[in-house]
Amino acid sequence: MNLTLKIWRQKNASDKGKMVDYKINDVSPDMSFLEMLDVLNTELIEKGDDPVAFDHDCREGICGMCSLYINGEAHGPDRGITTCQLHMRKFKDGDTIYIEPFRAKAFPVIKDLVVDRSSFDRVQHAGGFISVNTSGNTQDANAIPINKHDADASFDAATCIGCGACVASCKNSSAMLFVSAKVSQFALLPQGQVEATDRVLNMVKQMDEEGFGNCTNTGACEVECPKGISLENIARMNREFLNASLKG
Amino acid sequence: MSGFLKSSIGRKIAMALSALFLMIFLLQHFAINITSVFSESLFNELSHFMGTNPVVQFALQPILIFGVIFHFVMGFVLEIKNKGARNVKYVKNHGAANSSWMSRNMIWSGLVILAFIVLHFIDFWFPEINHKYIEFLPEDPNRYYHEVVEKFHSPIRVGAYVVAFVLLAMHLLHGFSSAFQSVGANNKYTRGLKGFGKAYAILIPLGFIFIALFHHINGH
Ligand code: HEM
Ligand code: SF4
Ligand code: FES
Repeated sequence: MNLTLKIWRQKNASDKGKMVDYKINDVSPDMSFLEMLDVLNTELIEKGDDPVAFDHDCREGICGMCSLYINGEAHGPDRGITTCQLHMRKFKDGDTIYIEPFRAKAFPVIKDLVVDRSSFDRVQHAGGFISVNTSGNTQDANAIPINKHDADASFDAATCIGCGACVASCKNSSAMLFVSAKVSQFALLPQGQVEATDRVLNMVKQMDEEGFGNCTNTGACEVECPKGISLENIARMNREFLNASLKG
Repeated sequence: MSGFLKSSIGRKIAMALSALFLMIFLLQHFAINITSVFSESLFNELSHFMGTNPVVQFALQPILIFGVIFHFVMGFVLEIKNKGARNVKYVKNHGAANSSWMSRNMIWSGLVILAFIVLHFIDFWFPEINHKYIEFLPEDPNRYYHEVVEKFHSPIRVGAYVVAFVLLAMHLLHGFSSAFQSVGANNKYTRGLKGFGKAYAILIPLGFIFIALFHHINGH
């Protein structure tokens, strides 16, 4: 296939940046989207141009590093996948493809398509953990009976890979799907109860300080999330937050 | 509790509570208005009760006004804050791929409703207040029905009502179930609730439109 790519180019964080057009020919439909960009970059390097910077690591849908807003959607037009799992067969010969970085004030652009998502790390540090004594007499987690439904729901929440597609897709740049997944994975388990009150208050406070917007339940995040994280988690976080606020 | 209304989720919950309150009020308002279609005397009786009962006038009415103002002011505050959370816009954004038009345009449907509420106040509420508390005009418990019918003579006013209620229906098509999600209710009842919400969002505004058209046509 022959394609026209419109790619966001930005030298560094302070550069204004702009869309630049590239032609790419003989793209195989079996290539992944990132492989297609690899080919483009090889051509750019051969011509002596600056290659397009983009994030990636595992290239198998588990690390959450790859990002990209493709034709107006996080991770492109397919569902339940990351960009590294998107294949060129989803596009047609002659297509024009817009490729932009994930946009949010809390995700500043570092270069081209690479954004800084460390705001997510800071939200995690604010409460996305449990404290366990690991001095050698740690209790086996399986010794505590947990009902299957809660265990499954907790595990579903824990599959969030922190990619940020939810923020990128949300018209409000809200991080509530991510934060609610990280709150829920512990809120559903007995091990998470001890720090439950502080966890939700501190994580939400950090989320607000990072400059993410407010959820208005459009549901865009749930549709675009590669891991199918459900809006039920946001409802759970709201309950947790209300309970925690009433307590203190 | 301190700072609850400064936090994102606190605001979300407060927004939803004000909206739930408005939806209950809307139902009550409809229940009274619809009587005007089949019984002039019942409508007059109910209106007279609402217009003169001290609990309604001096407790419920101020709460309602506060609820409306809180709702749209908070709506604006959130809208501005949320716009600011993305300082550089996408060149291409395909919102329709993942969310409904209604959900993405609550501020626009809300603004039309606000314009309607202003018109509604000028039409009914200011004359009422003037009648009762400023000029202290003589009270006639049978005046309400004729006042309503007279208002719906004008096709322009009826048109404005229709437009506003269509936009209200759109506001509620997203808003009804959204309010429950905001207060943390997402469970096995959610599916049924969404169905009920759609019915409410369409039938109640449609009912108001019906009343306006009914009096417009019958009043001639
Ligand atoms: C006065 C003009 C109004 C304006 C400017 C307005 C604006 C808004 C905005 C911007 C939202 C989205 C905010 C969010 O979801 O967090 C919203 C939500 C909502 N509005 Fe309104 N609105 C108005 C009137 C009304 C009325 C009269 C009703 C009901 C009878 C209503 C019911 C709702 C509901 C149910 C929600 C969803 C709440 C939630 O998601 O938690 N609104 N409104
Ligand atoms: S909730 Fe989904 S979209 Fe958001 S960070 Fe986690 S995996 Fe990515
Ligand atoms: S590169 Fe790891 S998820 Fe795409």
